Amino acid sequence: MVDSKQQWKAWLYLAPAIILLLVFTVWPIINTVSMAFLEGYSGLTKTGGDVSFKLGVGNFTHVVAHPDFQQALLNTCLLCVITVPVSTILALLIAVALNAIKPLRKALQTVFFLPYVTNSIAIGMVFAAMFNVIGSVGTRRQIISSYGIVNDVIMALGGDWVNWINSGSAYWANMLVMVVYIVWNALPFKILVLLGGLQSVNKQYYDAAKVDSTPRWRVLTRITVPLLSPMIAYVVITGFIGGFKEYTSIVGIFGEKMGPVHDPGRLNTMVGMIYDSLERDNQGGASAAALILFGIILIVTMINLYVSKKRVHY
Amino acid sequence: MSENTFKVMKQRNMRRISGLTEPMRIFSQLGIYLFLFLMALIVLFPFYWMVISSLKSLAEYKLSPPTFWPKQVLLSNYADAFTTANLGTLFVNTMYVGLVSTILSLIITVLTAFAFARLEFKGKELLFGALLATMMIPGELFTITNYSTVISFGWLNTFTVLIVPFLVSIFYIYLLRQNFLQIPNELYLAAKVDGTSDFKYLWKVMVPLALPTLISITILKMMGAWNSYIWPRLVANDEAHRMITNGLRNAFTETTGDVNYPVQMAAVALVSLPLFLVFVFLRKYIMSGVSRSGIKG
Repeated sequence: MVDSKQQWKAWLYLAPAIILLLVFTVWPIINTVSMAFLEGYSGLTKTGGDVSFKLGVGNFTHVVAHPDFQQALLNTCLLCVITVPVSTILALLIAVALNAIKPLRKALQTVFFLPYVTNSIAIGMVFAAMFNVIGSVGTRRQIISSYGIVNDVIMALGGDWVNWINSGSAYWANMLVMVVYIVWNALPFKILVLLGGLQSVNKQYYDAAKVDSTPRWRVLTRITVPLLSPMIAYVVITGFIGGFKEYTSIVGIFGEKMGPVHDPGRLNTMVGMIYDSLERDNQGGASAAALILFGIILIVTMINLYVSKKRVHY
Repeated sequence: MSENTFKVMKQRNMRRISGLTEPMRIFSQLGIYLFLFLMALIVLFPFYWMVISSLKSLAEYKLSPPTFWPKQVLLSNYADAFTTANLGTLFVNTMYVGLVSTILSLIITVLTAFAFARLEFKGKELLFGALLATMMIPGELFTITNYSTVISFGWLNTFTVLIVPFLVSIFYIYLLRQNFLQIPNELYLAAKVDGTSDFKYLWKVMVPLALPTLISITILKMMGAWNSYIWPRLVANDEAHRMITNGLRNAFTETTGDVNYPVQMAAVALVSLPLFLVFVFLRKYIMSGVSRSGIKG
């Protein structure tokens, strides 16, 4: 019963969204893909009158062969592969623990959600302050007035202080700081989803386990995890998607130079690469890099979906 | 698979009939609380460190071992932060962009969601499916072209460039459409019989019923404006249009070395405060929106 009057009216309701989507979503898809396949495409040369770009995959091979890209890919993959499992397991443990208590549950739940509503640049600066060593680190004559709170704790526990983010710091130290920050940032969403899942789980399974006096650990691995597997799959997939787009958390800690003072750009990510190319007016390269990122996210999501199809218990 | 495991598990445990004794139960509860308190401490520590550092003098901040409560509370850091980062202008800019884009975005979202939930037109399912599919594409892919587009529109360094490109959010449309679909069709038909126009029905019946979702969208959109960084840096990084997150990063470019951290932490605290207030008073709306999205802001 679709009369033409209602047709016409529906499109009127849709008009504002459709117009904006055509300009800012549909056109970019077409244009970005075509720029990616025009070798050496650049907005500047185009306005300069030179519009004869050769069709080909030159942008892709150029981007992939670039050492900066390889570094960015390595950084992004490392961060993903470490932070997603760590934050998922930690969030699972916290969610299960929260589900096992009654008094104070609401209060603790609130505390664990707090990092979600933060500005990742602002709190990144707080993390930088916590890991920063004040003094002339990395120079021949080191005079240090404060090691920073994290090093103070390590030293109080009998360890050695580490140059985490200052000039002369090691790559692994930088990465460790990023992992800590990203996990801290990723926990709230994962806890929220997993706890929501736990609260809708049928209590019968646990009663059965109780009757059988199944050990707690076994209840977790044999009952909770299988029953929660759809939610776990969900947080892992969104975690990977977010992880491959990591950028602002690094800007928060290391600033726009994306690395410690002595080696800027060392911690650059895929998204950072795309913006660097864009700012150098290399739209062809930026488009190719964006498509590569899209491809990677698509493949990783497919793999995740495939694995979860085999393992997820519904 | 898990049914089998279950059987095996049962058989094994039948042989070993032992219950958790009362002291053991208390002991394990204690362990759980200990774990949770430790994790809560780690989660909260950065906030605590931000606040106390912002109240210390620079000399006290550099003390080793550090003090865990400022010997002398120095509120002047906040005044310094406010002027150093020019936070007043940044607040006004961000609020302006946030409010205008939220209002326009809500109007567009309501109209679009209504069309997809209640009106009939050719290709509805196909169009909706296509829109959902675009959600998979990383935003950077759009940004590259949008950057050239807004330059050719002459929008560089205006408020328009911060508002218009992000007015349509497929996720919000999806969220609201689901909400609209839950409203019984009988209500719509009854209104039709009474001669109520679609538009009146939408504003008088559907919008009030979907208010919680609209509030969630408002909060997420405002938070998005507050936290946006990449796009504003690219297209509107001049003094007059700069947004709060950019302003913060620009005012304190150095994060390592000999930085005046107390002032920097005071600025960070001031930027975090509105988010914190929103969290305290409107938590349930954020949580219900967030658990369905998996995206920040």
